[in-house]
Amino acid sequence: MSPNNAGPGVATATEPPREPASYHGQPILKAPVWSKEVPNYLFVGGLAGASATLAYTAELSGAEELSRRAWLTASAGIMACPPLLIIDLGRPERFLNMLRMFKVTSPMSMGSWILSVSGATTALAGFNVVSGRLAVPALVARPVGGVFGLLLATYTAALFADTAVPAWHEARHELPFVFGAGAALSAAGAVSAATPARQAAPARRLAVGAAVAELASTAIMERRLGFQAGAYGHGRARALKWMSRACVAAGPGLLATAGVRSRAAAVAGGALACAGALATRWSVFEAGRASVADPRYVVEPQRARMAARAEHRHQSSRSASV
Amino acid sequence: MKLAVEQWSASYGPEAKPRKGFFTDTSICIGCKACEVACKEWNHVPADPHGFSGKSYDNSLALGADRWRHVAFIEQRVPADLEEGASLVQAASRAGAIDGGVATHQEGDGVRWLMASDVCKHCTDAACLEVCPTGSLFRTEFDTVVVQEDICNGCGYCVSACPFGVIDRREDDGRAWKCTLCYDRLKDDRTPACAQACPTQSIQFGDLAELRDRAQARVHKLRDAGQDKARLYLSEDDNGVGGAGAFFLLLDEPEVYGLPPDPVDTTRDLGSIWGATAAGALALGAGIALAVFGGRR
Repeated sequence: MSPNNAGPGVATATEPPREPASYHGQPILKAPVWSKEVPNYLFVGGLAGASATLAYTAELSGAEELSRRAWLTASAGIMACPPLLIIDLGRPERFLNMLRMFKVTSPMSMGSWILSVSGATTALAGFNVVSGRLAVPALVARPVGGVFGLLLATYTAALFADTAVPAWHEARHELPFVFGAGAALSAAGAVSAATPARQAAPARRLAVGAAVAELASTAIMERRLGFQAGAYGHGRARALKWMSRACVAAGPGLLATAGVRSRAAAVAGGALACAGALATRWSVFEAGRASVADPRYVVEPQRARMAARAEHRHQSSRSASV
Repeated sequence: MKLAVEQWSASYGPEAKPRKGFFTDTSICIGCKACEVACKEWNHVPADPHGFSGKSYDNSLALGADRWRHVAFIEQRVPADLEEGASLVQAASRAGAIDGGVATHQEGDGVRWLMASDVCKHCTDAACLEVCPTGSLFRTEFDTVVVQEDICNGCGYCVSACPFGVIDRREDDGRAWKCTLCYDRLKDDRTPACAQACPTQSIQFGDLAELRDRAQARVHKLRDAGQDKARLYLSEDDNGVGGAGAFFLLLDEPEVYGLPPDPVDTTRDLGSIWGATAAGALALGAGIALAVFGGRR
């Protein structure tokens, strides 16, 4: 039932069609206080997480050199994550308060634990690759890091979806696939660039598959978003989306062709793949900001929801009276 | 699947109190802003100088970290005497309503003033509290929602979770702030500062159950007097936030006042959010395995 529960409907037959009402055009919701560190973290965390999974999977398949390079890529990425998150806090010195609770209703709380486990295990695995020390702990760290990498790469979708920001919340069913595909794309790009071309075939295959998945999942997301698709289709979100599409197509394309032989081409293709994944995260971030800046993105879907409920009630009361 | 933080006042045992709240009757708000001032004074909310907004008599524009009460001013053009299509009987009853003192029309010039004091809703299903990763936001023994400022690390999650745009981060301080329903005063059995300062009893404070009864009587009286757009906002439990500690009597659509018409606690969808995330993680794992093992023959 609607909050307007005082009685009969408000619109009367004599009233003209409604203009979208607002309070002096002011936004209803607060703009996210998250700044550039957050979309950048979405990218780096995804890259590190998917690299760790790629590293462990490569190890299982016996691709030792690829696995070593992927662990190093994952370690480098994951070390950048805590600083990005801590800088974005209003009170950076209190970052340890993130671990005061284990709270399933807060994706940020869960993410803090995921990043803690993922960071510790991935860094340990990377240290072992470089130094050969701590071999026994690394035996445990590698599978744990590999599995938690999957969570690190995708929990950020829950982080964004579990908000009142319309363009994020309404994309809750698709965002994990968009972010997962982007994570695979960036990891594959970075690892392809970091590995001699002869040993990097699995990473190149992953890049091509991830590019297809990324293009498909963003297209499906926009199609299913309905009204909120407008937030992705205008301004900075739109420009970033097209930038992303160009890079996502070009990077893995280059990796799969010239990158098979030339290391330089692999580095260029990997960089383009990463740029594509980064631009997608920024596009989602900007779409969310756009959807809170304009009150229509908040009010119109809610009004449509209320109208659908009223229609449903009307129909069920009619069928009851028959 | 419902995931929720069960932190109800019942968990306080013998210290639990009846749920407290605000009933803000905007039909008798005169726009004096005494609530804004009293709140700032009592709670030491910093000054937040704005320029001239040009939006009626409202220069503070919205609730925020430094505005825990906000008075909205809406100017609406209406036919001076008769509403279009109104019968003489309706016009007479409207005139009677004005004489009876229940209308906010400024007679004669065809402008209707709506004034309303907004505040944190202290939701039953409070998204800010549910998403707070540090446990800084908590539910008090009065079933209100309060930020513990010695714990908040300014992550900003509550800011994006609130479906009303109430809570915000203070620029220089870095922490999130909002109305506490004067938690300190409640502990001393006193009325919150805004309600105490309100000269017209537009802001009424008390036990939520009693306030709800009072609001029902009031809205019926207004409707009988010809205010056919009068309605209660968030006065019952069956809405997207499970009811609110602070609810309102409005004379127009909620969005006219800058309120969302059908707010929903985002964590009601947590089951599907985590479900989709798990599916995304599995798909990512499958994709990586396929790329690594799929090329071997």
